[in-house]
Amino acid sequence: MTIETIGQILAKHPFFAEFQPEHVELVAGCARNVRFNPGEYLTREGGPADRFFLIRHGMVSLEVATPGRAPIVVTTLREGEIVGASWLAPPYRSMFDARAVELTRAISIDAECLRKKCEKDHYFGYEMMQSVLRVLVKRLQATRMQILDVYGE
Amino acid sequence: MGGNWKSATIKPEGLHSLIGKLRDEAYRVVGPTMRDDAIVYDDIAGLDDLPKGWTDDQEAGRYALARRSDDAYFGYNVGPHSWKQFLFPPVETMWHAQRDEDGAMTCSAPSRPKEKFAFVGVRACEIHAIAIQDRVFREGPFADNAYASRRQDAFIIAVNCGQAGATCFCSSMGTGPRADGGFDLALTELLEGGDHRFLVEIGSEAGAAIMEAVPHAPASSEQVEAAAAIVEETANRMGRSLETDGLKELLQGNLDHPRWNDVADRCLTCGNCTMVCPTCFCTTVEDHSDLENRTAERVRKWDSCFTLDFSYIHGGSVRTTTHSRYRQWMTHKLANWIDQFGTSGCVGCGRCITWCPTGIDLTEEAAAIRAAPSKADAQ
Amino acid sequence: MPAPVQSSDPFVPEIYRVGAVRRELADVVTIEIEPESGGRPDFLPGQFNMLYAFGIGEAAISISDETKHGGGFVHTIREVGAVSRALAAMEVGASLGLRGPFGTAWPVAEAEGSDVVVVAGGLGLAPLRPAIEALLARRERYGQLAILVGCRTPEAILYRHELEQWRQRLDIDIEVTVDHASTDWHGNVGVVPSLIRRVAFDPDDTLAYVCGPEVMMRFTASALHEAGVATDKVYLSMERNMKCAVGLCGHCQFGPSFVCKDGPVMRFERISPIFAMREI
Repeated sequence: MTIETIGQILAKHPFFAEFQPEHVELVAGCARNVRFNPGEYLTREGGPADRFFLIRHGMVSLEVATPGRAPIVVTTLREGEIVGASWLAPPYRSMFDARAVELTRAISIDAECLRKKCEKDHYFGYEMMQSVLRVLVKRLQATRMQILDVYGE
Repeated sequence: MGGNWKSATIKPEGLHSLIGKLRDEAYRVVGPTMRDDAIVYDDIAGLDDLPKGWTDDQEAGRYALARRSDDAYFGYNVGPHSWKQFLFPPVETMWHAQRDEDGAMTCSAPSRPKEKFAFVGVRACEIHAIAIQDRVFREGPFADNAYASRRQDAFIIAVNCGQAGATCFCSSMGTGPRADGGFDLALTELLEGGDHRFLVEIGSEAGAAIMEAVPHAPASSEQVEAAAAIVEETANRMGRSLETDGLKELLQGNLDHPRWNDVADRCLTCGNCTMVCPTCFCTTVEDHSDLENRTAERVRKWDSCFTLDFSYIHGGSVRTTTHSRYRQWMTHKLANWIDQFGTSGCVGCGRCITWCPTGIDLTEEAAAIRAAPSKADAQ
Repeated sequence: MPAPVQSSDPFVPEIYRVGAVRRELADVVTIEIEPESGGRPDFLPGQFNMLYAFGIGEAAISISDETKHGGGFVHTIREVGAVSRALAAMEVGASLGLRGPFGTAWPVAEAEGSDVVVVAGGLGLAPLRPAIEALLARRERYGQLAILVGCRTPEAILYRHELEQWRQRLDIDIEVTVDHASTDWHGNVGVVPSLIRRVAFDPDDTLAYVCGPEVMMRFTASALHEAGVATDKVYLSMERNMKCAVGLCGHCQFGPSFVCKDGPVMRFERISPIFAMREI
């Protein structure tokens, strides 16, 4: 059995699928493997957005806490998706509680390290910006559809 | 007299006698008559009921009766009525249901008295309109039995048009002004030289049979030629025209055309066009029950795609705007109908133009889209 | 497509009786009905019946199953109007009218040898259920089989029992997602099109059956397109106002199609030019 390098794992993740190999290598320098047990949080609402996660396995729910009742789940994310897009835009604060619903394995990328690389190489930064934006636009559309309450009750 | 001849002439008295014979044979004879300042279709007993010496003066949004300088019986175009109101009545009971004390239900079609219609004065466009409704009501996978039965028994006396109205465009639609089939008898009214006659063409065995009993004379070749000349002259005097070449693709490819908004500013969504149209077939149903909830019935009524309710689904209507409702009507009539039934739904009778309170003219609307299509014709 | 059978009068209902009633959700009831005399006509998955409540009116309701011994129909009804409320309030033994079955079917036989992705939104699972049963009855004839279900909340999941049974099989992918939930729900939260990339199928050789609210179908059709499924392999079930169900009343027109006879199940390719257009 061979052990994959972080770079190889990144390259296989859908988020980096279209990236140039040298750019993936740039990211690898900021990345490490992490795991979360069920109930552990990847991010906390209002906390520093200092890490950007790529889910490799498991399920993460984005939640908003509400007093007097169980937290509201905004969406659930699974293998192949990203968590923590707030690393990219000031004020670099997380917008949700991201909680592992089941055992979750992910790649954690150091946000400050990543921001520096984006700043240094704008081609890379643009590629990163575009990839994050693509995901966010999809999520925005999905959220709008959720708001529509199409099943009308 | 032999039964092989194809044409003859009859005098007005012969027509009177023909109407009488049809009545003797238990036909309900319906023809043109004057009522409420219009020429409408209603029961007739003879020549006296016909609009002798009258004509109709029509334009977009305008209809008025006027005296003719002669005694023509069929010297008008078409009025607000069409024959669909007899073959496809505006209100029809579909079935009755009963419920006993235990709530057990039974349901049965009403016994409809058999009604044999004889239509006098059916124009070529109207014969085509009947054929179009035939395709809808009796030639599809499901048939309307009541319509089919009335249609089966109907006796049709066509009249070739001796004049074209200002809103007529049957020549464009290929539906007139000459009746080329679909009749039992076809008349052309001849007034030349004070010799008032009708040239009669035989269209069916039933037509030939009844003519046996009507005093007639053989038609001379001059009379046949005179009749042909009259219809040809009518064809040349159409008040409107509609370019039908590629019309289906043009309309289906221009559902976003700004002209729909333009026409929506003029359309009152009153539905007049759909009521006077001889092919419009949309209906709604009403369910009634008595106060004790023991008997119930379902009644079908003419409906119009111009009403808001027409497209209602849970949550609201699909077509809330005027432009979408006008677009639905016109694209159905002139384009989608071809996909659905193989022919246009329009016969060029012009009623929708005449009876529109704001004078909307579908030939003008189609021409406006053709003049500036927003898209290349979808092929 | 089956040749429609002309009964003596296509407008006159046959009499059926309610054999069983089951409440599915707060506003959804399933009724089992049997013909008062004779057998029930055959039906294909995706077809619908016109059900008549005495003195109130008719509603088009999809067929969601046959009764246990095949003698009757099963209909799942949501209480949204006078007719559906009256139908949903019927008790065992009550008498109702039925015309049908009408309309087109999910292409179950055409899918043999291919993968099938079934996407249901809300009550859209009801007309898909006979198709799912037909696919499962001959499971060996199909490739990958995925059933994706979306609904508003965990409480609004239709046919929970059936979903659980299907999920026990190892040869289907079943994913359920809800639009709104709290952390008491441990499943997916999000819209149903987002489930498409969660399941395995060969986009070049897949048929997709989609049924739900029109907005949901629009999003799902575009997600399937993004996943590489061609528009001629995607089928939707449409809803429009319906009075006669036999193509004679004009109400259900959707462009050149009559939803009652050219639908409700329609190939997306055929309707895609007008599907996103408003007020057609």
